[in-house]
Amino acid sequence: MAKKLDKVDVVVVGTGWAGGVVAAELAKEGHNVLGLERGKDQKVEDFIGAKDELRYSVRGEMYQDLTKDTLTIRNTLDETAYPNRASNIAGGTDTGGTSAHFNGYVYRFFPYDFEIRSKTIEKYGKDRIPKSMTIQDWGITYDEIEPYYDKFEKTLGISGSSKDMPHGPERSDEYPNPPMRDTPTLNLFKKAARELELHPYHIPSANMSQKYENPDGETINACVYCSFCEGYGCDFDAKSSPINTVLKTAEKTGNYEIRNHAYVNRVLHDGERANGVLFTDTQTGEKYEQPADVVVLAAFVWSNTKIMLLSEVSEPYNPETGKGVIGKNYTGHYPNITYDYVYGFFNDKKFNSYAGAGTLGAAVEDYGPEQLDHSELDFLHGYKLTILQSGKRPISNNRVPEGTPSWGKEFKEKSLFYANRHIAMTHHDGVLPRDHNYLDLDPNYKDAFGDPVLRTTVKYTDQERNLIKHANQKAAELVEQMGADIIDVPVIDEETEYDGPAGGSHFAGGVIMGDDPETSAVNNYSQVWDMENLFVVGSSSFPHFGNANPSGTIGALAYRAVEGINEYIKNDGGLLVEPKEKNNA
Amino acid sequence: MADNKDKTTSKNSNVAQDPGRRKFIKNTGVAAGGVVGGTLLGGLIGNPFKSEEPELEKKEKAQPPTEARMFFTRYEDFVVLEQATERIYPKDDNGPGAIILGVPYFIDKQLAGPWGQNADDYRLGPFNESNPSSSMSRLTRKEIFLNGIRKMNALSQKQFDVSFNEAEEEQQIEILEYFEDDEVDMKGVSSSGFFDLLRGSVLEGAFSDPLYGGNRNMEGWKMKEFPGAVPSYADIIEEEEFIKMDPVSLTNYQQKT
Repeated sequence: MAKKLDKVDVVVVGTGWAGGVVAAELAKEGHNVLGLERGKDQKVEDFIGAKDELRYSVRGEMYQDLTKDTLTIRNTLDETAYPNRASNIAGGTDTGGTSAHFNGYVYRFFPYDFEIRSKTIEKYGKDRIPKSMTIQDWGITYDEIEPYYDKFEKTLGISGSSKDMPHGPERSDEYPNPPMRDTPTLNLFKKAARELELHPYHIPSANMSQKYENPDGETINACVYCSFCEGYGCDFDAKSSPINTVLKTAEKTGNYEIRNHAYVNRVLHDGERANGVLFTDTQTGEKYEQPADVVVLAAFVWSNTKIMLLSEVSEPYNPETGKGVIGKNYTGHYPNITYDYVYGFFNDKKFNSYAGAGTLGAAVEDYGPEQLDHSELDFLHGYKLTILQSGKRPISNNRVPEGTPSWGKEFKEKSLFYANRHIAMTHHDGVLPRDHNYLDLDPNYKDAFGDPVLRTTVKYTDQERNLIKHANQKAAELVEQMGADIIDVPVIDEETEYDGPAGGSHFAGGVIMGDDPETSAVNNYSQVWDMENLFVVGSSSFPHFGNANPSGTIGALAYRAVEGINEYIKNDGGLLVEPKEKNNA
Repeated sequence: MADNKDKTTSKNSNVAQDPGRRKFIKNTGVAAGGVVGGTLLGGLIGNPFKSEEPELEKKEKAQPPTEARMFFTRYEDFVVLEQATERIYPKDDNGPGAIILGVPYFIDKQLAGPWGQNADDYRLGPFNESNPSSSMSRLTRKEIFLNGIRKMNALSQKQFDVSFNEAEEEQQIEILEYFEDDEVDMKGVSSSGFFDLLRGSVLEGAFSDPLYGGNRNMEGWKMKEFPGAVPSYADIIEEEEFIKMDPVSLTNYQQKT
């Protein structure tokens, strides 16, 4: 029997950007908010002196605790999925969530993204969209979401400059901090890009170019380029994270408290309204019922979707009929194609590659969804090309030119020689949903609480392969222009296939937003169509993945959601958006 | 590429510490399966080193007390591991190989700890995969290592009629290649899965912070010109020239008082 706890105004599941923003804004309004966090308490002091590559980025200290839950992986409906047993999946586990250890990219998606179906049809006609490609409009426009992006960027103190970003998207205000510094590597990239008539810019960054006080009065230090960012909490409190911003703001009000080691298993409801959540205290094994007037799921994509499926709120997506919503439009920056870089090796140039910051980088947007003319291309959407100087760490820095053995004398010789003489060009791709890519509950594997784990079913199509091939080709041109002596381009062919989420942290869908309850689970306030006092916030609501990292859009949608939640509480109920009558597809 | 290609390693200079140790093993017949009592073995270990090679005596004295085995119970297994790691990351003109870097002891400690028993992994069944990678195996990492090391030795005996640690470098490399190419039958794990695990562990041992027992004296970092736990690069981030620094380990970085 679960023990029933005292009711709170709002229970928020998760303490990452989504949960943190929601908690801060609700607590500021005077609501009594409880945050439930599956992992341990974590604060700035935990990160001091944590420059330990083996523990953090290699063994994934801050990543998902696989002893409690994992995912299974398969490509098609007729396959039995296998579990991810030991590979790092970078969804965060402790206070601050994934955002406690992120690199610090805070991008915006483009106007095209929010109206992707309408705009694609407008530009190329309905026939251009393959039948199985379930792209749909988000139920919100870029102009509507822009103020929330702006607010989120100011909370974090994003370092950037729109001056060099002619492709936008348009902004109502400049970034709150100047961009991070230039380095020889980035300058080389920018010079080569300009020579190719591209438009390079400094990547907007949650690493601070200078000491910053955000509008809530929280201070973040200036980044010292120490290079231990992704997979690490910041040693110097110089990267914005929920811990040093929104969670702090929420706690200061006296209206917010985090309960750690609280693994949420279900939303409790009567079919009409959510009454609270059921969670397990992982340190005692005891089950608790936490009643609340409003329930907010703001966990990672997978947890949000899993809790929705287990709780039987809204209809699960059925890939055979296309009906149902929970689990639909699962997308992500699939690691084996996204992080398979184009490498350039230099014989006579040496870089201070050990120095850097998580988002110390440059990119071009010339191949973005709004820049490319798709009438001559064999894919939709687009990508950014990016060079990053995040600081190469030695266990993982053993890149050798293709054809070199991976161990032994020659390997040692070349991996040492090129350790500070190579660069990696990456691409951030738009990833579009298919009716056969989805999330559901696995029939064979259980989590630590006896519930099914989440199953991921993804099969690549020509869309993914052709986009990546195009990106790799353009990346290789840039690397060549930069003067590399050897250029390695990954082979992408029919055998290139989804092999799970290991190594990645950008995933989306499962509880997607839209303007029609037939095709979406939540409205543009992240309010569940079928249960008005339940909100599901995070990248689970993205109907597809734009060609950028997700944090900016997660934060913007969280600010949008909490505006709605406050409104909902003030109005004493009701749907915040009228559902559209007809399916926009 | 020219500057890279020309740096060939002199064969004789390879693994300076090794010939002594290997010669000693040959002389006593321990690794060949001879029965040697614990006390006798213990007594033998120090002496030949001391009498034969003053260089090694110095090195031995410098050995930290952490260089004792925590997981491997049979010395004959450990010497196979030593040789396998050295073939993967050999000593050359750039600097020490796996043995001098402390990699075998690093691996030994890792296997004795939570990583060795997959304490942080998802371990519920069913385990359906045939010929799985190490991370998909029903076996724990320490079981995989022990099975793999012994298989390596057995294969060497079968193929070359000599234990792995006594085999010629080329023979050791050949055996490792069989594993890498998945040509060896292993129970519960693919041989390439074992090899990948071994290779990954060697690199981890060579380049992790010395607190784990590898990367001795930060020699791995020095070879790679990696400065370790440096608080700030703010003053050099814009520099055009490559800047070489003396590395700093967490021992000298983390708060102590």
